[in-house]
Amino acid sequence: MIEVLEVAGSALVQDTGRPGHSHLGVSPSGAADRGALVAGNRAVGNPPDAAALEVIGAFSVRVHRDLLVAVTGAAAPLMLDGVPTAARVLAVSSGTVIALGTPRWGLRTYLVVRGGLDVPPVLGSRSTDVLSGLGPAPLAVGDRLATLPEEGDVPTSDAHPQEVHPTPLVMLDAAIGPRADWLAEADELYRRPWRVSTLADRVGLRLEGEPLRRAITRELPSEGVVTGSVQVPPGGAPVILGPDHPVTGGYPVVAVLTPSACDAVAQLRPGTTVRFRRAQRPESQKRT
Amino acid sequence: MTRVLPSGERAALIEVDDAAAAHALAGHLREHASGIAEEIVPGARTVLVVARDPGLLPAVLEVVDSAPAGAAATAPAAEVVIEVDYDGADLADVARLTGLSVHEVVRRHCGARYVVEFVGFAPGFAYLAGLDPVLHVPRLGSPRPSLPAGSVAIAGPYAAVYPRSSPGGWRLLGHTDAVLFDPDAEPLTPLVAGTVVRFEPR
Repeated sequence: MIEVLEVAGSALVQDTGRPGHSHLGVSPSGAADRGALVAGNRAVGNPPDAAALEVIGAFSVRVHRDLLVAVTGAAAPLMLDGVPTAARVLAVSSGTVIALGTPRWGLRTYLVVRGGLDVPPVLGSRSTDVLSGLGPAPLAVGDRLATLPEEGDVPTSDAHPQEVHPTPLVMLDAAIGPRADWLAEADELYRRPWRVSTLADRVGLRLEGEPLRRAITRELPSEGVVTGSVQVPPGGAPVILGPDHPVTGGYPVVAVLTPSACDAVAQLRPGTTVRFRRAQRPESQKRT
Repeated sequence: MTRVLPSGERAALIEVDDAAAAHALAGHLREHASGIAEEIVPGARTVLVVARDPGLLPAVLEVVDSAPAGAAATAPAAEVVIEVDYDGADLADVARLTGLSVHEVVRRHCGARYVVEFVGFAPGFAYLAGLDPVLHVPRLGSPRPSLPAGSVAIAGPYAAVYPRSSPGGWRLLGHTDAVLFDPDAEPLTPLVAGTVVRFEPR
């Protein structure tokens, strides 16, 4: 059991989401930085889809039993009972206060506990969908979360869970299109830098820059969209759809990010500069 | 005529002639590709398919190619009747915008036969095609921050029911007690693409 002591930004329960229900209007949802969640689960011996906390901003909990935890994603300063630690996988004893500060780079930090968080699943997932309201409410001070029974072994590997490393410019790999032909120039998106605006959440992230010019300006009949779609509304400022995106949209999608580019988007803070790079072949073929 | 538009490494958008063709293709895919397709999402003129893995996308597209041409009806469409209390906040405005009496607005709204064109916006939110063209009114200039569940509304060429409390910019004609999305029910919603819907005054 863990007890929430402080939530300065937001803290949501997230697992790998509830795909398969888009035709009923239900977004896939799930961790915004999927890679960070899976790395954290691996570090504590959980199944890859176990539920953890997705945290933005300062956050602290008290653990009410001995627990193994991992911290992944944005490298937030970490303190145990007020003492800073550089460790990212920690065995903590009952009564310990775990405090996350604001990371210097990146946005979302994942606090993963051995066993995974136990909240009632909705449509097979424990994720909070901020658009539809499915799943548990965002965490508030005083909330208590149970953990599921620990199963299997904890890996003995000393591999560090991934962290977000600072780069001056974020490159986002994206395949061109289904509706790139709705732009005056199909590859215009890839040609110039974009700035992350403050309009960014799990539903979508708007970019700022010289607007894209649309060749076709009529309305698009609503059609299905996937996470990582880059939509172009009439104003020409592209929007990247996040995991809680509406399942259909009426703006043309001119590019679709790779899964690891979606993870990178989850860590973008307002003001960051990004560029798009043409994805050449399915990423799955590059994985080891 | 179908056209396949790649949409990232494991999805594709299939363009078809109309909503009926989209429903037929989605039904074909649901029957023959559910093991390899994670999502099958009909739109107004498209079906989005998402393969479970990038390597399975070609197999999913083979199932698309094997679909019978045209909108050959698979199974007879289910029909849902929704009872409505016509007490919506925008009833008088819709009457004014259309030049009809309130009584006539209600008569035309419940006189039509609707078909779920696609589901979007929110869980169980079905876009119902078949609205009387006289009732095609623009949505509100600024959406209401919160509408109660069961709000019966129209906007543009569509009618709909808000299954759950949400913000919304459509014009309200009334409300229903019908439950149109329940995450604990099977099915989650009675309104899937192709379902026939009628409204009845209560």
